[in-house]
Amino acid sequence: MGKGIFTVKNLIKLAAVIAVYLIIMTVMEGNFATRHFKSLLVPIGINIILAVSLNITTGFLGELSLGHAGFMAIGAYSGALFTIFAENHTGIPNSLAFLIGIIIGGIVAALFGVVIGIPVLRLKGDYLAIVTLAFGEIVRSIVNFLSVTGGARGLSGIPRYTNYKWTYAFVIITIVLLANFVKSRYGRVISSIRDNSIAAESIGIKVSNYKIMAFVIAAFFAGVAGVLFGHNLSILKPGNFDYNKSIEILVIVVLGGMGSIPGSVISAIILTLLPEFLRGASNYRMLLYSLALILIMLFNSSEIRQRLEDSGKFPKLPKLPKLKARAR
Amino acid sequence: MNLLEVKNLGISFGGLRAVDNVNLLIEKGQLYGLIGPNGAGKTTVFNLLTGVYRPTDGTIKLDGVDLVGKSPSEICKSGIARTFQNIRLFKKMTVLDNVKTALHNQQGYSLAESFLHLGSYFKREKSMDEKALEILKVFDLDGQAHYLAGNLPYGKQRKLEIARGLATNPKLLLLDEPAAGMNPNETAELMDTIQLVRKRYGITILLIEHDMKLVSGICEKILVLNFGMELAAGTPEDVLNNPEVITAYLGE
Amino acid sequence: MESIIEQFINGLRSGSIYALIALGYTMVYGIAKMINFAHGDIIMVGAYVLYVSITDLKMPVIPAVLFTIIVCAILGIVIEKVAYKPLRKAPPLAVLITAIGVSYLLQSVALLIFTANPITFKSIINLDTIKIGGITIPGITIVTLVVTSVCMIALTLFINKTKAGSAMRAVSEDKAAAQLMGINVNRTISLTFAIGSALAAVAGIMFICQFQSIKPTLGALPGIKAFVAAVLGGIGSVPGAMLGGILLGVIESLSKAYLSTELSDAIVFGVLVIVLLVKPSGLLGKNRIEKV
Repeated sequence: MGKGIFTVKNLIKLAAVIAVYLIIMTVMEGNFATRHFKSLLVPIGINIILAVSLNITTGFLGELSLGHAGFMAIGAYSGALFTIFAENHTGIPNSLAFLIGIIIGGIVAALFGVVIGIPVLRLKGDYLAIVTLAFGEIVRSIVNFLSVTGGARGLSGIPRYTNYKWTYAFVIITIVLLANFVKSRYGRVISSIRDNSIAAESIGIKVSNYKIMAFVIAAFFAGVAGVLFGHNLSILKPGNFDYNKSIEILVIVVLGGMGSIPGSVISAIILTLLPEFLRGASNYRMLLYSLALILIMLFNSSEIRQRLEDSGKFPKLPKLPKLKARAR
Repeated sequence: MNLLEVKNLGISFGGLRAVDNVNLLIEKGQLYGLIGPNGAGKTTVFNLLTGVYRPTDGTIKLDGVDLVGKSPSEICKSGIARTFQNIRLFKKMTVLDNVKTALHNQQGYSLAESFLHLGSYFKREKSMDEKALEILKVFDLDGQAHYLAGNLPYGKQRKLEIARGLATNPKLLLLDEPAAGMNPNETAELMDTIQLVRKRYGITILLIEHDMKLVSGICEKILVLNFGMELAAGTPEDVLNNPEVITAYLGE
Repeated sequence: MESIIEQFINGLRSGSIYALIALGYTMVYGIAKMINFAHGDIIMVGAYVLYVSITDLKMPVIPAVLFTIIVCAILGIVIEKVAYKPLRKAPPLAVLITAIGVSYLLQSVALLIFTANPITFKSIINLDTIKIGGITIPGITIVTLVVTSVCMIALTLFINKTKAGSAMRAVSEDKAAAQLMGINVNRTISLTFAIGSALAAVAGIMFICQFQSIKPTLGALPGIKAFVAAVLGGIGSVPGAMLGGILLGVIESLSKAYLSTELSDAIVFGVLVIVLLVKPSGLLGKNRIEKV
């Protein structure tokens, strides 16, 4: 352990954060990148936040969550409803309204994280996974039904507050907070539940509380990502948040490596850009994407990889945690 | 003075009476053995004591506090730690983190400090490191503190599990077949370590073992279970010479 | 009153289709302990195969139906051999992700061949509507109910009365022990995928005869709902899948008719959550206790 925050390592990290920001700023403000490329930076950031937060539940806690898009939707809608209200009925300055909207989105999503906590207390493994999927679909279906959210037509007129600066700031905040969290006593507890929940309970850890904690934290950041998403598109539709979106995020996390935050970040960048680079072969995009998914999974558990790893030619990646026993 | 008082303990699974009318009085500082043939209900007794199962009958008192109905985590906080017959480590965490996780309840800092790494985070983490390394040293595991627990050899995994249990600062430590799968040398060494731990931390130990010779070597008192019931209890000599015990072990 | 009964019968129809699909999920889960996410897309493949064999290959109806079922069964076997079998010892999550990959793969292949535009398909079932008392029952509903009942009865008999069926039960109970007893585990798993996919093909045929429109994503939603039905009934349990499917169909139909179309999905998934909270292993599922 270091002696404090101001270690050489942390100062280097800070320098890197500033350097990356300067690069992004140059790209965004300059003229050498296409408009289309510039428009990708915000989605990349949003996917990073989503993937890093999903990694808390799926990578560190070891519970498969298929409803992350549900939390994102809750955050997106509640944040957007607030900023629309603030713009029309109050004199709050735009940036402040947006900041409050982001926090509201995160908190409301986190409250729903507590709701999903109820099944978390009773179920695990595949059963919990299907309940999280059901949760996402219930959210989508209710958003579709309510009039305050615009129903199936969608919620339009959301101020376009999201830009690369806001996104970058929240990407960094998310990464720092969550990377710190997993390196704290709470983070250790959550990983210990993944590795062996019975043993965790036996050393005095109230497993159910910490499982809920993990879901609530993940939900908060998914909500934040949702607010950024809504204020980028200016219109929200229930269809943005179906289970395909949850699975898209899960795929990012899995390919980046479960329990690896840098992995999630890199994977989010690549997987958001990849379809764009493949746009030339537009029709074959989905095909290549799905083939890549299958081949990577097959390669990961193949003997070839094992041999490469043993011979040191291939970096050892974190292995997927085993899903624990079914319903108790 | 008795640390643990178990009276008329019993549990049924459906129609099966897995443990019936078991009494257990363990004095402070004692090393107590629980033996019996396969399927006698030894591990079930452990599971009852640690709250994994809720007993259908009987009382369990630790230092006068009733434990029946408490959850495993609450029972651990009341002062009972355990190991498992089939080792249950946090395999993808380091040896050090395995022990530090067990210190979770003792060295507090807030959730906000966890996110921000501010306040007492560094101080507490440092003292957790020191405490954990001190315990690991007793088991000669400090050299492997940064290995993944799952990569340790089998014998060391068993030791790490004991170290982790010890880190919760228990009054009573339950060891479920700590020497299972070890060769005679490793077993002898482990028994020395157990004696050492008892002296150094002044804790009480209840131990399940198959090997009667081994148990009689280090335990002060022994309880023999057969078919979920008490077959005999007393000093190793009494128990070993009890004809019923011999029959249970060797058959008619 | 009549309309309630009509809605109920409607629910039975869609529920029996869900049940057929759910059987595939539950059988595969029982034997391979994996959620075959691509199962829903077999429905879509079945729909396109039927369309091609009738419209392009000009096959008569019955051979076309048989051809569809056989193609889907073979596809099921191939998917298992190529994508899932190498992962048998891998963590369940790796298998699940692969299954998601297969699902996307099937959809994108269909997208390449048939484009995203829905294709209209004229139903191959031409049975007149029947009126009993004041109740109208469309011909397609009757055919669906008869076909699905026959399938379910045949499957139950197969599992309980035949040698291959008891091999399937044995493998789902304990793979290693079954192998020691001389059961060919690989063949049994292939058979399970074949049967599951064949049932999905039947479900797909019934489905497009009802909705008369085919598109690459057509299998996704019924697939998810059937999966929910399988979990609702207790995944791994064959009667559970039937019960779960039919319950789901009836609840969905009644809530669409009397509560709200938009909310019907929320109600269906809500029922699942509540059932799991009360009975964590589903309605007819076995409780599994982790040994300490």
